[in-house]
Amino acid sequence: MASPMEQFEVHPIIPIEVGGLDISFTNASLWMVIVVAVTALFLTMGASSRRLVPTRMQSIAELSYVFIADMIRSAAGTEGLKFFPFIFTLFMFVLFANLIGLLPPIGFHPFTVTSHIAVTFSLAFFVFLMVIFVGLWRHGLGFFSLFAPKVPFVMLIILIPIEVVSFLSRPISLSVRLFANMLAGHTMLAVFGTFVVALASAGGALSFLSIAPLLAITAVSALEFLIAFLQAYVFAILTCIYLNDALHLHEHH
Amino acid sequence: MDVEAARLIGAGLASIALIGAGVGIGIIFGNYLSGALRNPGAAAGQFTNLLVGFALCEFTGLLGVVMAFIILFT
Repeated sequence: MASPMEQFEVHPIIPIEVGGLDISFTNASLWMVIVVAVTALFLTMGASSRRLVPTRMQSIAELSYVFIADMIRSAAGTEGLKFFPFIFTLFMFVLFANLIGLLPPIGFHPFTVTSHIAVTFSLAFFVFLMVIFVGLWRHGLGFFSLFAPKVPFVMLIILIPIEVVSFLSRPISLSVRLFANMLAGHTMLAVFGTFVVALASAGGALSFLSIAPLLAITAVSALEFLIAFLQAYVFAILTCIYLNDALHLHEHH
Repeated sequence: MDVEAARLIGAGLASIALIGAGVGIGIIFGNYLSGALRNPGAAAGQFTNLLVGFALCEFTGLLGVVMAFIILFT
């Protein structure tokens, strides 16, 4: 029987090699292109009609715009809105990657781009670098006071290392959360799927029992849709909170 | 002990991390709900904090899951 991890394998579709470096166009790249194309198409179609009374497509596009704008305003203040294009792109990309990965396999298995740490870590590391650059640009070296909260001096000896470690672990926690959620969810679906097949092919009374994992897989799929959205939201809101740190240091906006 | 057996036991042990994540997520949502019922007006403003707490809490458990996957499938 196929391993539940088989769905995460990366196969080259168009092998390309430049100077000993393997930069093949793989199924992962293909699905990333699909995700970007679907997102772009969805938002362009939603924004193209521009009616006063929005159509359904237009209201979904507008709702997601307002949703992210409100989130940034509440988490990073009005100044954070300068970063709206970046955060909106990040949110829509992660959301659509998560959702497209949940498509049922018909002949071919959809590939979840965000189930690979290479992808999520690149996104998270970019956020991390951006926070550092924004902080240094806004506050100069004063940015490093982020690591020293206003507490008695003796406490700083303990607090500064903790703050530094927690700051440096941000890209790791941001990327591992998304990747592990996707990996665990899809593996769980695949494992429950093998239960259904194994029970149904066992014959006799056991075949009827296969309805139990089938119902479970349906419920888990519904949960996965929630998680797909929630993880995209958490990714975006943590980006906003990190940006808020860089923009406002300790004071609350 | 057989290496394969030790591997499976190790993967099982790594999944124990999920107990803590489960308890933590339960505490976060339970306390949010009880707070929200006492003061529904303030509930919406704390939704962000709720999700951030949930995310931080879930992460600790997920580290255990990733460990289990690494042990099982590599």
